Amino acid sequence: MSDAPTTSPTTPGASETMPERQGASGGRQTATFTVKRGLADMLRGGVIMDVIDADQARVAEDAGAVAVMALERVPSDIRAQGGVARMSDPALVEGIQQAVTIPVMAKARIGHFAEAQVLEALAVDYIDESEVLTPADEAYHIDKWSFRVPFVCGATNLGEALRRISEGACLIRSKGEAGTGNIVEAVRHLRSILGDIGALTTADAAELYGWAKKLSAPIELVREVADTGRLPVPLFCAGGIATPADASLVMQLGAEAVFVGSGIFKSEDPARRARAIVEATTHHDDPQIVAKVSRGLGASMPGLEIGTLDQRMAGRGW
Amino acid sequence: MRIGVLALQGDVAEHRRALADLGVDSAPVRRPAELSQLDGIVIPGGESTTMSMLLASSGLLEPLGKEIAAGLPAFGTCAGMILLGSSVIGGRSDQICYGAIDIGVRRNGYGRQLASFECELDVAAIGSDPLHAVFIRAPLVESAGDAVEVLAVVDPSTETPDDPGDSGVGGLTDVGVATPVLCRQDSVLVAAFHPELTADRRVHRLFVSMIEKRGR
Repeated sequence: MSDAPTTSPTTPGASETMPERQGASGGRQTATFTVKRGLADMLRGGVIMDVIDADQARVAEDAGAVAVMALERVPSDIRAQGGVARMSDPALVEGIQQAVTIPVMAKARIGHFAEAQVLEALAVDYIDESEVLTPADEAYHIDKWSFRVPFVCGATNLGEALRRISEGACLIRSKGEAGTGNIVEAVRHLRSILGDIGALTTADAAELYGWAKKLSAPIELVREVADTGRLPVPLFCAGGIATPADASLVMQLGAEAVFVGSGIFKSEDPARRARAIVEATTHHDDPQIVAKVSRGLGASMPGLEIGTLDQRMAGRGW
Repeated sequence: MRIGVLALQGDVAEHRRALADLGVDSAPVRRPAELSQLDGIVIPGGESTTMSMLLASSGLLEPLGKEIAAGLPAFGTCAGMILLGSSVIGGRSDQICYGAIDIGVRRNGYGRQLASFECELDVAAIGSDPLHAVFIRAPLVESAGDAVEVLAVVDPSTETPDDPGDSGVGGLTDVGVATPVLCRQDSVLVAAFHPELTADRRVHRLFVSMIEKRGR
């Protein structure tokens, strides 16, 4: 990564300041930061859909999903049923991998590096260290640099995003409030992250130390964001997207792609809604197309007011 | 010169940045009307199945095909290579292939993300310095017709290292068989890797020079 002309113009300083564990032999380097982040770059402008089995994965791929996310239960069911939510059964993950040609991501519990090791052994394409599952460690997230599979992590603010990146995350998503069908928290998180990035770009060198303290984030990453005006990795939106207009909203706010969880398979007509959300994500700046694809989709998933929730998933992790 | 970048999904911004670095104007293409007055089209990296669906739903499928068939210079990377090829293996039956270049492509032919890699390529067409190339779940060129000029191959003596042998991660490349990764036919250029992800602009410059030569 020291060979300047060969690295991405957007390759973060993280790759220089953080340990990079990668395979190298016979001229091919695997699991480099560029390669890990590269897949996230390819997903931009797309929709990643939560699925619990191969049948749902096929519906998602048919609808134009850029990737699927395997998990044991969709967030709204986790909310309704309670109990501990864990990594999917490996047999289900494998069934999903065999059913589709698009990338397969899977969720591991926060701090549960053994679940992540299992998912790496299954050769999933991305691991989501996710607050939607029940956290396994209240103090530490997974050391993601020690894995060859790339990680995505949720964040509610810029400090959280930069801490996850310092741990090796190659993709950040807003946490939102999963399983609610309520977009308000995702909007709050996106605005907070992007607003603070904007503020950093006008801070002077001395102020950046204060920002690092306030954000509880490494100064090197704070400086990099201040210099570039963007996160060192792509920023996607997750948590509460239920309609095509929701996808359009968060894309216009600055998300580069969207994750949809319960919003598709808890709606009346998942196949149509999935496809409509894909089209609305691509054409997010064209209200005529968003209107066209939004017509007659049937009932959305039932939504929840944030104030009525017993469990705020976004508060998991730090 | 104005080059369109198909902007339905994928790493559109990186291609536009690469073209801007060369002083070339670019424009995102999401609607049929945006195909007019272009000197070339770039089909970026992304998911070819998603782009296929969106090409159809956006009404771009036929007009773009007609433009390419009529000689609009086209440059495809990764998913773009699949869309410009003549057949796709291991994809979906409803995937689009424009048949603009006579190659048969196996989707994700090098394996899953764990097998994604970076390496140096020798590309005489752009100079003697090696080209650093990034392959992400890359398509594998399984066949190339006589009209196809192979500009670069991956080193046949190397196999993706460290693949867990029992997980199906490993690619399908046979040791000893050179695999084309950069190909040209007439005014169509395709790469299995992502020159837009690195700072070396020689592959984009090659595409621009193909457009310039055609214009003369």
